[in-house]
Amino acid sequence: MDDDKRLEAFQAKIDREEKIEPRDWMPEDYRKHLIRQISQHAHSEVVGMQPEGNYITRAPSLRAKVVLLAKIQDEAGHGLYLYSAAETLGITRDELLEQLHGGKAKYSSIFNYPTLNWADIGAVGWLVDGAAIVNQVSLQRTSYGPYSRGMVRICKEESFHQRQGYEIMADMAKGTPEQKAMAQDALNRLWWPSLMMFGPHDADSPRSGNALKWKIKRETNDELRQKFIDKTVQQAEVIGLTIPDPDLKWNEETGHYDSGEINWEEFYNVVKGNGPCNNQRLTHHKRAHDEGAWVREAANAYAKKQLEKSKVA
Amino acid sequence: MSSDNQFPQWEVFIQSKTGLPFKHAGSVHAADSEMALQNARDLYTRRMEGTSLWVVPTDSIVASNPDDSGSFFDPSNDKIYRQPTHYVMPEGAKNI
Ligand SMILES: [Fe+2]
Ligand SMILES: [Fe+2]
Repeated sequence: MDDDKRLEAFQAKIDREEKIEPRDWMPEDYRKHLIRQISQHAHSEVVGMQPEGNYITRAPSLRAKVVLLAKIQDEAGHGLYLYSAAETLGITRDELLEQLHGGKAKYSSIFNYPTLNWADIGAVGWLVDGAAIVNQVSLQRTSYGPYSRGMVRICKEESFHQRQGYEIMADMAKGTPEQKAMAQDALNRLWWPSLMMFGPHDADSPRSGNALKWKIKRETNDELRQKFIDKTVQQAEVIGLTIPDPDLKWNEETGHYDSGEINWEEFYNVVKGNGPCNNQRLTHHKRAHDEGAWVREAANAYAKKQLEKSKVA
Repeated sequence: MSSDNQFPQWEVFIQSKTGLPFKHAGSVHAADSEMALQNARDLYTRRMEGTSLWVVPTDSIVASNPDDSGSFFDPSNDKIYRQPTHYVMPEGAKNI
């Protein structure tokens, strides 16, 4: 079959809502787009452990501590599910890490913002995991089989993440005036970066054409962002916090909230590496990786020895 | 196999309940089979997803080629004698 015919068959398969599997023929751009998107997603899960990991030793109660530990362990798992999916496309784990450390692969910019206090841990679970869930629920229907299956697994685990965050926020919002102020402050700082998680406006996102045609993405950035806003406004009201957007208004006609414009200058600035924590996050990841080298060497040496022993026996 | 410093790759299969077939879950990296099993447990069964695990070196899997799937999985519709309805049962016979 020539490539035109293959491409036609490929598109027809996607249009029939059939999944593409690792050994199926696929256009090189489809493979590239997936590797970029899945690896960025994987790196986000892993780097995303850092702002929360900071608080394991500072959680205000034993319950809060075990919850946070379990949540962070899940995120490590999400990273691994996604690396596993990316590897089915022919890229190795080493290459994936190299691309992260070399700055070629990105991770979500939200993790380049600091977590300043316990309220931020609540806001991260509520807003950041909340935004991630909206995106991931949609990606369960992505056209690439291994990615889709990874998303199904992840979505099952995510709902407790958002709930634990929202619970923290709710508790603080009904606490002392100082606690409530902390919760409001965390919402003020993390609201806009959370909206930025969905990426540029549709009109400004050049790659989304193919991604939608190939059903890698099932909904556009703006559609997903709108879903998140519509869900979250009511949740803020219930706990007595105010979304920091003076232009936020229910629109009877569209059945959605209208909202103010995002500061895109800030967004691109953080993507470019100038956010408050870009350097810290990457440096920490490299250091953790380097410091683990001896463990990998020891495990390899042990495996080799066991193999030799079994040959002798 | 990518094993420079990330260990060889293993495919993970989970049996969710005794009596049910094993189902592919994903992959892990591990230096040896014991570590592969432990990593698979930690990664894929944190919420009672399974009662039993298989790990298989990814390299050991032999897969059919999707390009041949047409002829390879030909349903053999002409071989209708594979279907129970092909056979004529005597009038009145029960439980067959
Ligand atoms: Fe996650
Ligand atoms: Fe999460």
